[in-house]
Amino acid sequence: MEKTINITLKIWRQAGPKAKGEFVTYKLDNVSTDSSFLEMLDVLNEKLISERKEPIVFDHDCREGICGMCSLFINGHPHGLDAGTTTCQLHMRRFKDGETITIEPWRSKAFPVLKDLRVDRNAFDKIIQAGGYVSVNTGGVPDGNAIPISKIAADEAMDAASCIGCGACAATCKNGSAMLFVAAKVSQLALLPQGRVEAAARAKAMVAKMDELGFGNCTNTGACEAECPKNVSISHIARLNREFLSAKFKD
Amino acid sequence: MWLIDSSIGRKLIMSITGIFLVLFLIFHGTMNFVVLFSAEAYNAIAGFLGANWYALIGTKILALGFVVHILYALYLTFQNQKARGSKSYAVKNNQKGVEWASQNMLVLGIIILGFMGLHLFQFWSKMQLVEISHKLGCENAGNLELAKDGAYWVRHYFENPYYSVLYIIWLTALWFHLTHGVWSALQTIGASNNIWLPRIKVISNILATIIILMFISIPVYFLLGFSI
Ligand code: HEM
Ligand code: SF4
Ligand code: FES
Repeated sequence: MEKTINITLKIWRQAGPKAKGEFVTYKLDNVSTDSSFLEMLDVLNEKLISERKEPIVFDHDCREGICGMCSLFINGHPHGLDAGTTTCQLHMRRFKDGETITIEPWRSKAFPVLKDLRVDRNAFDKIIQAGGYVSVNTGGVPDGNAIPISKIAADEAMDAASCIGCGACAATCKNGSAMLFVAAKVSQLALLPQGRVEAAARAKAMVAKMDELGFGNCTNTGACEAECPKNVSISHIARLNREFLSAKFKD
Repeated sequence: MWLIDSSIGRKLIMSITGIFLVLFLIFHGTMNFVVLFSAEAYNAIAGFLGANWYALIGTKILALGFVVHILYALYLTFQNQKARGSKSYAVKNNQKGVEWASQNMLVLGIIILGFMGLHLFQFWSKMQLVEISHKLGCENAGNLELAKDGAYWVRHYFENPYYSVLYIIWLTALWFHLTHGVWSALQTIGASNNIWLPRIKVISNILATIIILMFISIPVYFLLGFSI
């Protein structure tokens, strides 16, 4: 049986990067609890368009939790209250009838607001460009077990590689630090033989880029890990620290 | 210089100075604890730490440790606030599993620093400073006899319950700072992984508690009506 709820939305509207934004309140009735959060916003946008008003700009793409495009700070949490999910995986059944939902863009110096709820997350791309790759062609798939990789390393590399670059970690961090993201990107490569070769240079280059772009200093609060939709662990931050410090001491 | 220019370099300095200060606290706490059992033994230890060359070098290194830790703390926090951006969230909720102390290290640090001023005035300026002044030829810098009698000063201040309570507040702030600080320092130098992360958090709590218990036992002892 489909259930519907009536909600009030307080949404950040901002005409452009330089414009002064403000919260605008919208009422939305008969929202199906089966719909996803983004579908609810689609419904609101259709309503706005039919009223000849500007629809709300928000980022989204895959809508299945793998691309990292959806953002949104919902009721004080990036991607909403649920742990380990993206905004596109959030459903309206998680909200009560009559509830007021506050929706804000990511807020961080390095993620400037472009319009409404969309922010510029290019900073993360620049960090990847600084070294988040393997620069030599390692050929086709080698024979299984030709290069032994421990189960532990394989698992941890996989966990790190699950990072979708959404930016929730930096958005929620009280220090505006991007360490969880950078740690995940450094770890996924440092743990495997293909990436190991350039590990030291990579850690230095990516951390330097992260600092240059104005992200803050990590003080190990752990808020990133708690909000990460992919549950990336802060133990990867310890690995990044290790990689970076040993590279610096070798210089 | 990467120890200033890079975030992890700055964190390394925070971590090393923090660990150094923790080591100092372990020593200082153990030494204090002795006063509950024997005022003479306590004075003997304090005697080693008068105005002699090694105690003076120790004091200088310690002061340097504090200054660097505090300067970096201010610099880091300033940068972090800048990185957060000018606009803050209208609604921001705390996450499960994020320690309160970890979000308030600077505030805790400033509380610690404020009380440290009082503490240095009450003890250091009555003891080592007096000895140094006498060495430098300043005869009326205070009573040299009392300067060597640490236990006297402990009694003098802690017999006043207000001071005892103040010290307990101070030590509570320090406890919070350390419960986060110890494991954070280890995480910063990379001494952590999936298995060790929960362990260093437990170690952090245990170490912080032991250190603070050693210190706090003295004001509590006096508050309970005992004296040394
Ligand atoms: C006996 C005194 C103190 C001890 C034993 C101590 C110890 C520590 C330790 C072990 C850390 C963790 C370092 C890390 O995360 O890598 C830390 C962090 C910190 N301390 Fe202290 N501290 C003391 C006094 C102070 C004072 C006086 C201040 C400031 C006025 C201060 C401000 C901070 C701040 C802001 C941090 C967090 C920075 C960060 O985690 O990056 N501390 N402290
Ligand atoms: S570490 Fe987690 S929160 Fe940060 S960008 Fe990657 S997936 Fe998003
Ligand atoms: S839209 Fe792709 S992860 Fe949410």
